[in-house]
Amino acid sequence: MTTEPVQDWKTDYDIFNRTYVKNPFPIWDELREECPVAHTERWGASWMPTRYEDLFKIARDIQHFSSRDVLVAPNGPPPEGEEPDPDVPEELRDYNAGAPPITSDPPVHTWARRLLLPPFSVNAIAKWEPETRELCRSLIDGFVEQGRADGAVDYAQQIPPRVIASMLGIPKDEANMFTEWVRGFLELGLTNADVRGEAARNIFGYLWERIQEHKEQPKDDLISYLLSAQVDGEPVPTPHVLGTCFLLLVAGIDTTWSSIGSALWHLAQHPEDRARLVAEPELLPTAVEELLRAYSPVTMARVVTEDYAYNGCPMHEGDKVLMNFPAGNRDPSVFADPDKVIIDRAENPHIAFGVGIHRCAGSNLARMEMRVSIEEWLRRIPDFRLEDPDAVTWAGGQVRGPRQMMVVWP
Amino acid sequence: MIRVRVDASKCQGHNRCLQLSEELFQVDELGYAHERNDGVVPPELEEKARLAVANCPERAISVEEQA
Repeated sequence: MTTEPVQDWKTDYDIFNRTYVKNPFPIWDELREECPVAHTERWGASWMPTRYEDLFKIARDIQHFSSRDVLVAPNGPPPEGEEPDPDVPEELRDYNAGAPPITSDPPVHTWARRLLLPPFSVNAIAKWEPETRELCRSLIDGFVEQGRADGAVDYAQQIPPRVIASMLGIPKDEANMFTEWVRGFLELGLTNADVRGEAARNIFGYLWERIQEHKEQPKDDLISYLLSAQVDGEPVPTPHVLGTCFLLLVAGIDTTWSSIGSALWHLAQHPEDRARLVAEPELLPTAVEELLRAYSPVTMARVVTEDYAYNGCPMHEGDKVLMNFPAGNRDPSVFADPDKVIIDRAENPHIAFGVGIHRCAGSNLARMEMRVSIEEWLRRIPDFRLEDPDAVTWAGGQVRGPRQMMVVWP
Repeated sequence: MIRVRVDASKCQGHNRCLQLSEELFQVDELGYAHERNDGVVPPELEEKARLAVANCPERAISVEEQA
């Protein structure tokens, strides 16, 4: 993808710019210092705060900042005059299921989130740890003898889709297809409405079929849990269940594999951190929080609900605000030595999972997957490095992480 | 002695406090945190109580000194 070069990051930032995707940190430092809420006309226009305190305030101000659209790229209707896609069920053709509760505001958000929290509680997630560990081990078995693997493609990318498929109750052997769809939606699709629309239709259509199967034959999984749940004595509408399943599949895949990939990218280049985690595995939960802080993958958007001047910025109803939590997590006014990964950092109130009512519902799952995948990798491959640091490719925009990352070991 | 408090109106269930100290905190089935033992912090856990305050992204935890 090529775009016009950026002249001034304060007034014309481009989250898809190659330099930005590869190394956004110096740009955030400049913005935080000189223009803490930047603006751009690109990609449908948006505002972008980079200071921790502004992100904290805006995320909690749900009166002025709605979550009804969390992506920046415009998502218009399908082109006029096109025949309806026969694969799309009739009930869904005119219905925008959204992805509740990430795309919901109260009051819907309140019950939609309440519904989702129990299966993602720390205890509920602990039940998935043995399967996740087994999966990591079998992936490593597949390449450990070769002395070389793509840490992103062969490892990080393989883990979250299979775990979330198990949880939802859909076939794990279709994980590669989910991965393609989700990348189409959240990576390629962010700058291409056609690609994004097709990816969304594929995911919705697929999940709709699985939901019908679960209606006929309930199982002990998340889809059946959602279908059998009641809110105020009424079953949850099926399109809502579909939207939530869509969220779980999309949000549970791209984000966590980005985090696992970034963690391996860091460890490949820091033998002292590897050695310490091998010697003191009990440090892993603390290290995971620090890696989440330093390499936060997710930047979701908000929509301004009415004309409003935030810190003097003339925001208008309908404007997008890019919640740059990753930049806030490197704010020197909150984190000493923010660009340094200190794997035993004691004070770390990072907001990688957001803050306020939209705190990532899957945070316990993401943490568990990160901890287990790093632990298993280091147990088998304690000493490794990037084959060619310049050959690593990154995805960016609203979810940042390595996408091709060859690593080698003795 | 000190007491630790979780402000239920601010907690969003990040579970950072639980991760730091299961002796001081517990979470309900939705993941929201509550102090154990009416917030009483034994001397050996004072450091953990202060770390819970420092690590809570919602600023929902506080400690108070009591005579």
